Amino acid sequence: MKKRSILSLAAAVVTLTGVVLSHPLPPGEGAAKRRVRAFQSTETRQPVPVQNANSKVERGAYLVNIMACNDCHTPWKMGPQGPEPDMTRMLSGHPQDMVMPAVTRQKGPWEWVGAGTNTAFSGAWGVSFTANLTPDPETGLGKWTDETFIRALRTGRHEGQGRPILPPMPYPMYRNATDEDLRAVFAFLQSIPAIRNRVPQPIDPPESE
Amino acid sequence: MRRVALIALLILPYVLWAACVMTGAATDDKKVLAPARLSETGLYDSSGAIDARNVFFVPQYPLWTDGAKKSRWIRLPEGAKVDVSDVDAWRFPVGTKLWKQFSWNGRKVETRMIWKTAESDWLFATYAWNEDQTDAALAPENGIANVAEIGRGKKHSIPAREDCLSCHQSSPAVVLGFNALQLSDDRDPLAPHAEPLPENAVTIRTLVQRGLLFPARPDLTANPPRIRERDPIARAALGYLSANCGGCHNDRVPLDRLGLVLLHDSKDGVPERAHATAVNASGRYVMPGISEDSSRIVVPGAPERSTLFYRMRSRRPSSQMPPLGTAIPDEEATELVRKWIESLQ
Repeated sequence: MKKRSILSLAAAVVTLTGVVLSHPLPPGEGAAKRRVRAFQSTETRQPVPVQNANSKVERGAYLVNIMACNDCHTPWKMGPQGPEPDMTRMLSGHPQDMVMPAVTRQKGPWEWVGAGTNTAFSGAWGVSFTANLTPDPETGLGKWTDETFIRALRTGRHEGQGRPILPPMPYPMYRNATDEDLRAVFAFLQSIPAIRNRVPQPIDPPESE
Repeated sequence: MRRVALIALLILPYVLWAACVMTGAATDDKKVLAPARLSETGLYDSSGAIDARNVFFVPQYPLWTDGAKKSRWIRLPEGAKVDVSDVDAWRFPVGTKLWKQFSWNGRKVETRMIWKTAESDWLFATYAWNEDQTDAALAPENGIANVAEIGRGKKHSIPAREDCLSCHQSSPAVVLGFNALQLSDDRDPLAPHAEPLPENAVTIRTLVQRGLLFPARPDLTANPPRIRERDPIARAALGYLSANCGGCHNDRVPLDRLGLVLLHDSKDGVPERAHATAVNASGRYVMPGISEDSSRIVVPGAPERSTLFYRMRSRRPSSQMPPLGTAIPDEEATELVRKWIESLQ
């Protein structure tokens, strides 16, 4: 009987512990159950594993690669195997000397169009141009801090507090990155060659739309 | 032994629950949480009236929020004072709370609260009023879009937390409407949307009388802060720009690199920096239809060629200023700024 009681107790401990551990309370919410955290975030921020990333810059390079930043922020050109990013202009955004003609936006299933460089896009939001992410102080991110960079991606606002960052920049996904990952991305962007390239400002859609 | 085991089984869940609660509290014990309802924040007393400890105030240059009627209160902890050593960056005691209520068409829509929870920590929360107007619930982190009709086919959206921080953490002071210029007894009669100053509203003079400011600053009452412009139009225009734009456009990081300083400096009162950084200054924004070389923030005598005026009137996403918190241009203020720019030589 004694043995059975001990076994019952042990089983209960294991069961209850399992229940509690499988439903952990969010930090800080145990003591104040009636209250909720201001602006509770539902975002998940899982770090992406990387091998051989010995420094923040290396990790940033890895992240820039898998986040496909070059797809839009590096102008594309026609290469021997077809279109490819022009790495001599790596991450310098829409070329300032490439003036885009006006585009008549289509109605119907063709909702937006993009330039062959993949650096200019026209849609319901107007015309957007990809930014110069190099550390050039006047035309790129040279005067930004990592805090500004994080705020820009978290808020979806230029400079972290200005106009909206426009499509097709996928900041709604990137905003879920950890601060650590975004700092690594910024560290890498600050380490690449500065390219002076003043990207045009976005163009508002016509007033009638 | 059976009895001991039974008791252990009965109390075990509570022991484990208590352990979890304590662990949770221990990992996050400094995090102050916003109450779930406005009625729990201290704005109201038990009868539902505004708590008598909350002090009503009216900034002389109100922020434009699409014509909202606003009410504002501050609560200082018992016996605590505001440190006004730096006249442009008042330091508030831990525990200070401020509320701002927004109404359209006679209905309360939103009440925002700023709460200093620790020496370097402010909590920003906003509450959305219910249909019955009996209480307001804490809004989510990303705000709530389109909560109320505000006219011209536009709707008001409750801002995201990051939007609050855009202005409130870019200025020398976190609190933007309760400062030397806004509470000055030398109030600007031409301030756009100037609100009446009821008897129960505090100004610097009454704050001094109540002993709520330290150290003693006789200069604040003897020589009340004001925009020291001879032209009353210029005074009102620069006061408006300081209150509505200076939260971001000042000489602090991160937007100091833009070079536009519209925040009023009470130390000398003369808005030299606003003139120097706006008038004939090249901004980064280029007015559509104007070459980059000739685009200027303020072109003396030519509001239609001034990007500041253009962007004030715009409510297009890429060009509007302020970039958030408003969906309808402020016509009274743009008319004032038009006159100011026209008056410049």
